Amino acid sequence: MSEYEGTCGPGTGELTLDGSVPVVEITGLWTKYGRTVVHQDLNLEIEQGEIMSIVGGSGTGKTTLLRQMLGLERPARGCVRVFGEDISEIDSDRLQELRNHWGMLFQQGALYSALTVFENIAQPMRELHVLPEDLVHDAVLLKMNMVGLGPEHANKMPSDLSGGMVKRVALARALALEPKLLFLDEPTAGLDPDLSEAFVALIKSLHRELGLTVVMVTHDLDTLFALSTRIAVLAEKHVIALGPLQDLLKVDHPFIKEFFLGDRGRRALEALEEKTSTEP
Amino acid sequence: MPTAQEPTLTLNAGAIAATGTWQVHALAQGKAMATITAFLKSLKGDQLKWDLSAIDSMDHIGAQLFWNAWGKTRPANLQLAPGLEEFFKRLETTGTLELPRSRQNRLTLVMKLGFAMLLFFEHMAGLLRLIGQVVLDSWRFLRNPLRGPWKEISANIYHAGFQALGITALVGFLIGVVFSYLSAQQLRNFGGDIFLVNLLGMSIIRELGPLLAAILVAGRSGSSITAQLGVMRVTEELDAMLVMGISHGFRLILPKVLALAIAMPLLVIWTDTIALMGGMVSAKVELNLSPQYFLLKLPEAVPLANYLIGIGKGVVFGMLIALVSCHFGLRIKPNTESLGRGTTTSVVTAITAVILADAVFAIVFSGVGFSL
Repeated sequence: MSEYEGTCGPGTGELTLDGSVPVVEITGLWTKYGRTVVHQDLNLEIEQGEIMSIVGGSGTGKTTLLRQMLGLERPARGCVRVFGEDISEIDSDRLQELRNHWGMLFQQGALYSALTVFENIAQPMRELHVLPEDLVHDAVLLKMNMVGLGPEHANKMPSDLSGGMVKRVALARALALEPKLLFLDEPTAGLDPDLSEAFVALIKSLHRELGLTVVMVTHDLDTLFALSTRIAVLAEKHVIALGPLQDLLKVDHPFIKEFFLGDRGRRALEALEEKTSTEP
Repeated sequence: MPTAQEPTLTLNAGAIAATGTWQVHALAQGKAMATITAFLKSLKGDQLKWDLSAIDSMDHIGAQLFWNAWGKTRPANLQLAPGLEEFFKRLETTGTLELPRSRQNRLTLVMKLGFAMLLFFEHMAGLLRLIGQVVLDSWRFLRNPLRGPWKEISANIYHAGFQALGITALVGFLIGVVFSYLSAQQLRNFGGDIFLVNLLGMSIIRELGPLLAAILVAGRSGSSITAQLGVMRVTEELDAMLVMGISHGFRLILPKVLALAIAMPLLVIWTDTIALMGGMVSAKVELNLSPQYFLLKLPEAVPLANYLIGIGKGVVFGMLIALVSCHFGLRIKPNTESLGRGTTTSVVTAITAVILADAVFAIVFSGVGFSL
């Protein structure tokens, strides 16, 4: 018997893409691994067009939460709706449609190691089986251009790429079908500060240009402060605080105090203020 | 929002009007794309008016579709809905991007043959180096046996030997039954029923037992050794060992070679025994030859030398399998394709090597172990 107890009401049977319902809606979610409870009655709503960051100590189930939104893992109890549809009850056609509306950037890139950069990005487009090859060709090169990769990299294999380039290619692949919802798992982990700043700027500009909704898990405070419109803090098995950075700084909770206002946090905040004051 | 409206193009007195959702999802639905492609192909003349003001939304792929239809320039007569300008501006500033030409593979047949030969020599040299390394490591092991990789050896004997008992027994037994059954039918024609013991004993102990066990072990342990080393390369475990000063040869390869050199002859004895039992069962059923007679006749029919040759084959086959799989495992590059190909090549090569070695044994010991 499955442990899952659906608590979602009936869905409409159609994806709701116009933002009239939250893009992601999590209610009463429980996650258990054996006897360990990771999430207990967790609620979270992500609105269209925002950049939502999920933060928390290690082992608080941030990545698990992301995987549950993607339907890669099932919660023990509770409801995860994406574009208004219950992700664990959805029929396979609708799920396929849904999958064309979201993109995921995995922490290690997860590029197909047997395919070249070009083929990696072309894969989701070719999978539709309708786009003519010359259109795919141009669209892939445009996507590469958007993430700052020149056409000279198109024929390289993933094993020949540096860490920063792998992330860019993975981002281009995640964006291949112009998704409305983009998941980022530690987008700047393993990048040097320069690259990570450039990557943040890239995500920011793509967010503006494509009108994406972004859900991001990150440990990097610079990335967090520079990108997020709202931040959800996971601790004590649920979301203890949710809101824009300025609001979170006022919350009186030991984890939040330590996380945002510790030495690291203060340095990052100062750097952010400096940058916003020098920017025109 | 209702699902995307179908993107359509209509030609009206020299003006082409586009309506609907020009996003990749809408284009991918139904026959939208086929209709549009057919329509664009039927267009003639380049002084056409394009009216894109009735489009309700667009993405870069939709924009690219128009851009390509226009021959990658902005048409003189173009009307855009608000918000679409950005897409075309992006395409315009990006300009035409060209894939770098991948270098053509201009190899003639002779050159390919040459490369294949070079690759073969490279493999032979690699294998030779590996054998040299194992000899050096064995010397190190012998000088200081207390600090040897005992744990690894015993773990490998368990995995490659003990866990293979079931499958070798099953295959051995069935081959014994089948072989005995077929031989019995032939021998009965000549009235030479009692020679079944000679036939079975000789072929199983000298030839079939070692070969069967070796082929099964090559498939089981050979592939797992290659895959294990390959994944260790992918996850950089091999590099981590080197950095800590732990030698691959001493801790990974030597234990596997020694373990298979110990486990294989034992497996050969086991397979021989079970296959002969299968033969006995079949002989009892088919020729009514009693197991007692079978066992009494066996030492007489098969001189001890054959048994020793079989065990010797086991040792050599075991070491060959371990060496070949380690060789291919260490050559795997950190990607999935290389891992798959390496494992396949490893198993095929190991089995081929075993059969080749078996042929060498047959020639070298051609005069040994025959009672006649």
